[in-house]
Amino acid sequence: MADNRMNVERPLSPHLQIYSPMFTMIMSVMHRITGAALYFGTILLAWWLISAASGVHYFSFVNAFVSSWLGLLILFGYTWALIHHMIGGIRHFIWDTGAMFDKKSLEVSAWAMFTASVVLTWVVWIAGYLVMGGRS
Amino acid sequence: MRMQTPMRTPLKQARGLGSARGGAEHFWRQRITALANVPLTVFFLYTLVTLAGADHAAVVAYFKFPISALLIMLFVISSAWHMMLGLQVIIEDYIHHEGFKIAALVGNILFTAFFGLICIYAIVKLSLGG
Repeated sequence: MADNRMNVERPLSPHLQIYSPMFTMIMSVMHRITGAALYFGTILLAWWLISAASGVHYFSFVNAFVSSWLGLLILFGYTWALIHHMIGGIRHFIWDTGAMFDKKSLEVSAWAMFTASVVLTWVVWIAGYLVMGGRS
Repeated sequence: MRMQTPMRTPLKQARGLGSARGGAEHFWRQRITALANVPLTVFFLYTLVTLAGADHAAVVAYFKFPISALLIMLFVISSAWHMMLGLQVIIEDYIHHEGFKIAALVGNILFTAFFGLICIYAIVKLSLGG
């Protein structure tokens, strides 16, 4: 077995505490954070689906939680994270082709991504409330 | 670094010792599930909007429709796979203790597999059940 644990004094590249935060950097970090948040947010989806499969009583219990201010807050964060991560993924697909790697495009696409994620989240929620209003 | 007289070439010793014990297939699967997730996520968001404020009967009726049930199942499978690949990278980046790392990697696989199975079971029951 090769000993792959090398404790050699090597120069390290500057890390997070050295750089002052840039918007592109924050969006990169947000992509990872939203990904991790979605990982745990899916517990809510599994819970909701299982409650619907369990029957009317348990479903109304879970639905009451989802409709509470805490439930709606979590759901709002979940939809924003989902949309943000999806658009961030599309941005990665563009980079995979080698395009838009110049400084200007990076800056513009970072702002476009952030703006689009916020706008689309509101579009989804307004649409949801319109559907809900049409129900009663 | 102490070493006995090496019989293997440096390349042979390095091979398979990366943190993921693998190479391009991780990246490739991550991208394929990501690609599938884009339209499936749009459909999932459509589902959320459609079922906003819906009662139990409306939810059951929604999943009784085969296309809805199938697309949400695809969303769950592709997402669960993508989640497994994604969190694996995060674990490898931040957990350096070998024991904790392996425990987290195993937990990650089991969690995403259970998540997928739970959702699929619920959707099948909603779609086909009584």
